[in-house]
Amino acid sequence: MILATRIILISLMAALFSLAQAAGLTIEITKGSQTAVPIAVAPFAQQGSIGPLKLTDIINSDLGGSGFFKTLPEDDMLVKPSDPAKIDFKDWQVLGQDYLVIGQVVGVGNTFNIQFHLFNVHDGQLLMGYKLTAGANELRRAAHHISDLIYEKLTGRKGSFNTRIAYVTSVAKPSGKQYMLQVADADGYNPRTIAESPEPIMSPAWSPDGGKIAYVSFHTKRSEVFIQTLATGQRESVSASRGINGAPAFSPDGGKLALTLSKDGSPDVYVLNLSGRSLTRLTNSMSIDTEPSWSADGSSIVYTSDQGGKPQLYLIPATGGKSTRLTFQGDYNARGRFSPDGKSLAMVTASNGGYRIAVMDLATRTVNVLTDGPLDDSPSFSPNGSMILFSANSGGRSVLEEVATDGAMQQKLAFESGDVRQPVWGP
Amino acid sequence: MNFRKNLFALVVAALLVSGCSSDDEKDNLTDTAQGADASTMPLNDGSMSGSQFGSETGAGGGYGSGSAANLGPEFSDPNNPLSKQVIYFDLDSAQVKQEYVPVVAAHANYLVGHPAQHVILAGNTDERGSSEYNISLGELRAKSVERMMRAQGVSASQLEVVSYGEEKPVATGHTEAAWRLNRRVEIGYQ
Repeated sequence: MILATRIILISLMAALFSLAQAAGLTIEITKGSQTAVPIAVAPFAQQGSIGPLKLTDIINSDLGGSGFFKTLPEDDMLVKPSDPAKIDFKDWQVLGQDYLVIGQVVGVGNTFNIQFHLFNVHDGQLLMGYKLTAGANELRRAAHHISDLIYEKLTGRKGSFNTRIAYVTSVAKPSGKQYMLQVADADGYNPRTIAESPEPIMSPAWSPDGGKIAYVSFHTKRSEVFIQTLATGQRESVSASRGINGAPAFSPDGGKLALTLSKDGSPDVYVLNLSGRSLTRLTNSMSIDTEPSWSADGSSIVYTSDQGGKPQLYLIPATGGKSTRLTFQGDYNARGRFSPDGKSLAMVTASNGGYRIAVMDLATRTVNVLTDGPLDDSPSFSPNGSMILFSANSGGRSVLEEVATDGAMQQKLAFESGDVRQPVWGP
Repeated sequence: MNFRKNLFALVVAALLVSGCSSDDEKDNLTDTAQGADASTMPLNDGSMSGSQFGSETGAGGGYGSGSAANLGPEFSDPNNPLSKQVIYFDLDSAQVKQEYVPVVAAHANYLVGHPAQHVILAGNTDERGSSEYNISLGELRAKSVERMMRAQGVSASQLEVVSYGEEKPVATGHTEAAWRLNRRVEIGYQ
């Protein structure tokens, strides 16, 4: 892969530094957290063969983009220790740091032995020491793994750095538009095209084990839902009925697929049993019922309906029954997505003339608008529930952005070209 | 999969084109002789070639010679409502506005007079809001047009509804000027 320059702008801190990274992706922190915990990740000492990338660049990017940490630029460090015995914690206290990470990489041919230590700067306590070995092509995953370990140690929650995302990229070509369904690392690296068509591709959805993606393809000029196995590339049509075949969503056990069909009239939510292919109609109204999303325990489904005149979110038992309206604030609340802990819902909400990402606390029904719009769409939670990935319009293009679920921190993943839409965060 | 489906599409297109060219010969004779009055048109002037999508943006080039003639001169006469093949909608509405009622009626009338003619009603929305909701909204728009045409006696078998939601904008800007052009149903003669 071509190495280019990735730039991270930390606008609130007015700091800027560049890192050598993969082709054409820019990650920009557009809103920094005021309450973020200061952490310094000193560059790891290198011995033997040099790896193809710098681990601490990735760790800094992960932690800085998590919304929980504020990382210290390397240029601001007074010293760069790699040996625990040589740390003077005053060097880090004076810089206002709470935590310090140091480490070493010993390269033996294409194998890299990595070890790192995490310290509390205030009392000098060693919080974690860890060794791992990675091949040259596994270094990026190793760095994400280190970020996960640090994040979990300091927040008590699992990290989501070693996960993947799926999204649809469309690019204008001389022959017309080309749509690509792509899968990449959660930080946007290692993108891979898994389906491509001159007609729209829409609504990717991950299976719970991360092995499959369901999506909508219009390559026959009509909508059709496919399930594709990532390891083999094999795809299977699971719905091609008359009218809409859309909005697929795997159940938490992976055995069922909720989807929107209009074969019986207006768009309604159905549940397709994937083993026997039996279809159950869940909603039955004259209005639009679409965008199903399962609760984590699989017992209920949230969906968008305009049965009250405007799109609002409703909840229905996954086996069918009476639906309950969830949203009452404003004229437009759509595409509800449960948080992994089931306690909140992310959604697209219209407010002040813009379409923004909001989170509703299901216990109190309080709605917190997290983003500024004006064209935000497709929210999905990180597997640990701390961040929401969504699409936004920036400078006339559609890009991916992430916002912390408390709204404190936001960052943009801008790809080199094309419009990037309908992201979903996978396991 | 793409390859196979594309191949299928090509074969279908080839069949349509070859079908048309044989129809063309006899239809053109009839059409020109009778002045293409819908009420006196023969019933068998069937399968038209070429897509008429997005007619307000001008021809995308190369529909193939003679395809415009298949639809008769009334489709290119700006004073004839048949020349309008795009119906525009208000935000989050699937209601056909009063100004487009005569346009839908003219197409319905034409289709009643040409029962072998097939059209695709393609519903579209602007980019605002969530993309799957927009697929549903686009379908409601296309179904509004379908319902009006059916009420005028157009056969169900002549009409097909498809929704592309916000996925196929004709105007690419991010202002109301672009959005109003994208909230539309295209009447595509097949």
